[in-house]
Amino acid sequence: MRIGYYPGCAITTGSSSEEYGTSVLRVSQVIGPELEEIHDWNCCGASSAHATNHKLSTALSIRNISLAEKYGFKEILAPCPMCSQRLIISQKDVADDEKLKKEVEDAIEMPCNSGVKILNYLELIKNYCMDDIAKNLKKTPKDLKIASYYGCLLVRPPKVLQFDDPEDPKSMDEIVKAIGAKPVEWEFKTNCCGGGFTLSRTDVVLKLTNDILEGAVEAGADAIAVACPMCHANLDMRQKKIEKEYNRKFNIPIVYISELIGLALDLGAISLGLNKHFVETESVVNAFS
Amino acid sequence: MSKKIGVFVCHCGTNISATVDVEKVAEEAKKKNPGVTYTTTHKYMCSDPGQKLLRDKIKEEGLTGIVVAACSPKMHERTFRNAAIKTGLNPYHVEISNIREQCSWVHKDKAVGTTKSIDLVRMMTEKTRKDKSLKPIKVHVTKRALVIGGGIAGIQAALDIADGGNEVILVEREASIGGHMAQLSETFPTLDCSQCIMTPKMVEVAQHENIKLYTWSEIEAVGGYLGNFDIKIRKKARSVDLDLCTGCSSCWQVCPSKKIKSEFDMGLGNRTAIYVPFPQAIPSKPVIDRENCLLFKDARKKNIPPNDSKVCRKCIDACPIAPVKAIDYSQEDEIVEEKVGAIVVATGYRELEDGLYGEYGGGKYKDVITGLQFERLASASGPTDGMIKRPSDGKEPEIIVFIQCVGSRDPSKGCSYCSKTCCMYTAKHTMLYKHKVHHGHAYVFYIDIRCAGKSYEEFAQRAIEEEGATYLRGRVSRVYQKGDKLVVLGADTLTGSVVEIEAEMVVLASAMKAQDDAGEFARKLSIQYDKDMFFSEIHPKLKPVESSSAGIFLAGTCQGPKDIPEAVAQAGAAASKVLALLSSDELEREPVVARVDRQLPPVFSTCIGCFYCQKVCPYSAIEQEDIKARDGSVIKTVARVNEGLCQGCGLCAATCRSKSIELAGFNDEQIYAEINAVEFN
Repeated sequence: MRIGYYPGCAITTGSSSEEYGTSVLRVSQVIGPELEEIHDWNCCGASSAHATNHKLSTALSIRNISLAEKYGFKEILAPCPMCSQRLIISQKDVADDEKLKKEVEDAIEMPCNSGVKILNYLELIKNYCMDDIAKNLKKTPKDLKIASYYGCLLVRPPKVLQFDDPEDPKSMDEIVKAIGAKPVEWEFKTNCCGGGFTLSRTDVVLKLTNDILEGAVEAGADAIAVACPMCHANLDMRQKKIEKEYNRKFNIPIVYISELIGLALDLGAISLGLNKHFVETESVVNAFS
Repeated sequence: MSKKIGVFVCHCGTNISATVDVEKVAEEAKKKNPGVTYTTTHKYMCSDPGQKLLRDKIKEEGLTGIVVAACSPKMHERTFRNAAIKTGLNPYHVEISNIREQCSWVHKDKAVGTTKSIDLVRMMTEKTRKDKSLKPIKVHVTKRALVIGGGIAGIQAALDIADGGNEVILVEREASIGGHMAQLSETFPTLDCSQCIMTPKMVEVAQHENIKLYTWSEIEAVGGYLGNFDIKIRKKARSVDLDLCTGCSSCWQVCPSKKIKSEFDMGLGNRTAIYVPFPQAIPSKPVIDRENCLLFKDARKKNIPPNDSKVCRKCIDACPIAPVKAIDYSQEDEIVEEKVGAIVVATGYRELEDGLYGEYGGGKYKDVITGLQFERLASASGPTDGMIKRPSDGKEPEIIVFIQCVGSRDPSKGCSYCSKTCCMYTAKHTMLYKHKVHHGHAYVFYIDIRCAGKSYEEFAQRAIEEEGATYLRGRVSRVYQKGDKLVVLGADTLTGSVVEIEAEMVVLASAMKAQDDAGEFARKLSIQYDKDMFFSEIHPKLKPVESSSAGIFLAGTCQGPKDIPEAVAQAGAAASKVLALLSSDELEREPVVARVDRQLPPVFSTCIGCFYCQKVCPYSAIEQEDIKARDGSVIKTVARVNEGLCQGCGLCAATCRSKSIELAGFNDEQIYAEINAVEFN
């Protein structure tokens, strides 16, 4: 089985969160379906496009889906939740609006029949990889407590995405359990990290991320697991600044769930990109021994 | 002899005449419609002079058919038919042409309205030409009533009917009557103790010579029709003989299973496996919870009769009744049959499920409780003896947050409606809290404060002004645990600020929902329900307690959220309808019922026995009849309509593939005559 791989701008090689993409691909060499990059993919229409021009952002998204369809993919993996959400919403928008569908088809010069299913990374693991993880488990961490952080985009808007419980999601916790780490019960699973305000309203982001980091630490977590480049940036890259602003020390590693899976499969920290974080990840890596 | 038809066009003040030229309608009717021998108009046809005009003209003009062009037949068809009866004319020759709801009220252009009215009148004239005399159907009345549900509404209805001299069967599925009202601490707006006003009524039910009480029993099946219902009641195995048991308490005192969550205490207190739901229960005799009883568990595991299990027989050993013990492990469900003439449905409501609001931690955090749970905490007979204590650690909460509209008015959670009682009971809760925890502080998050009722607004104001509750207008977005506190994040929309309260307890004013099995139950009774599964009254204003099935009435919260005074009033209204129905030996029913074709041999009936009609009938009125030869062999099986059950909806007639079903007063010939009378341009 082959699944269309849509990296998007944030996790493609050379981008700010390339370690997410690197680890997803590295893990897929060992477990789960074969991932094949969709040739000639383009921007998903997130950030500026969907805030300024609905038709443009929809056409951008749909072009990727139509390409996938053209190459015979039944499913697409979009590890960045901003991408997966944009693709799913655009799919729904054209399905609900005949006129928009026609305009989009004219713009991209391809039909869009939207039979393709869009998966986020947690969904891919849950649907196809849980047995493989159990079979290929090489290293289980000793007493590693993980706070699974979903953020907003993986589960919202619930009516459109229809993935997991929007108030108390469990899918990442199940993956954490499957690799032998311990998910902690905590209260900030789906709180906002400040998302796109990271540059324009850093003050807001600092307050929100401080709450999240504090919640994870109070719940006894050794690290926070994420599946979103934006969450990662705000919690990892901004952590020093948060510590300075609130005059405290967290020093809590923020790791992608794909990196954790990779460690459990003994794939080597550097090949997973764990050396590219702002907060040192050594403690997490060392727990897998 | 052809019919002489009179057309009476009503102005309805200006309701009709403002958009319809009534004079022209009358004139055209006489000019163009065959059979019309007399026409007139009147300012108010339904008034006494209007009705007199109708009666006089029937006599003077020798009219044999009447068309009244006026409001909806739902309003005044009966009025004009009664007027006709007084002159000796069969009332089914009187028809209404609705030129108000279906014409003047929906059109603005007078020319359009007038043309349409002329058409409508012509259609009805054509139908009237083909009207036949019909005779009302007489049905015998069984002078007993069934009340389903033993909460305050059911109890009130049962008492009122019984006081009126009729026998009442009261069926309650729990082990005791009392319902939700028995769980409440104090009641608004007077703060009188719920138990003190409820338990005497419960005792009255138990002692009333006209009331036969079935507790721990459910309705298995409802057959028959208005005046003659056949009821099957499932008496669930109680494992205790109610006649022998004296309620001495010996059994439940020795029961070793003591940690079962009490349903009556909303899970905040414990009960034993053999138990009486609460001390004031009626009957005050126990029931064995077979799910949790050690003996029954053991018997299930080993697949042996319960009586053979030796695991625990403490309750039966402790029972002092001799020589036959009052406890009987081998008891089985029993089906009892009863005949009644009328039914009151008072099956109540349930509270919105805990887990639906993940964002408030309902069902996850012990100190986030529901309104009914707070009632149990505040009740003197509750698990904390009336002290407000946190379920988690028994601490008295110094800061308490009440969140209103949890579920209610929130279409995303499936309840678009207002639960109506929560504003008042939350105000009451803040008062009860303040009376018990003097130094504590109560916050209330609300959308609106809806306290429309006698002395209600004053009550809510008292909570704010005298008892010092802080009311914040806005929604709560999240509740989460932080140490032993609950952080409540909300908005105060009046100051435009974000509020963060570290509370020690949170009370959710959870929505009132229809019972889980409401749909299934409604189908059992052939009554209708609305989008929220509350049972539907037949007219929201003029028939508020009548269900869609004749002889079945509604009372209390099964019909929609309401408070105690409203439930009691509705129960009284339902009871008065039942009393009126049971006051005569025979009932007259509208003869507008369906009839399946019958013919002489060898055809017998054009019915082909497909029974599609049976499938579509919402009232289970279609029966199968075997047409037999002299030797008893079945020639064919055809449909037959039970006139008692038929409500004249016409679904069967429309569905019938062989045109074998005719609805009296609305047969094919009449309907086609109406359609053909429309002038198409």
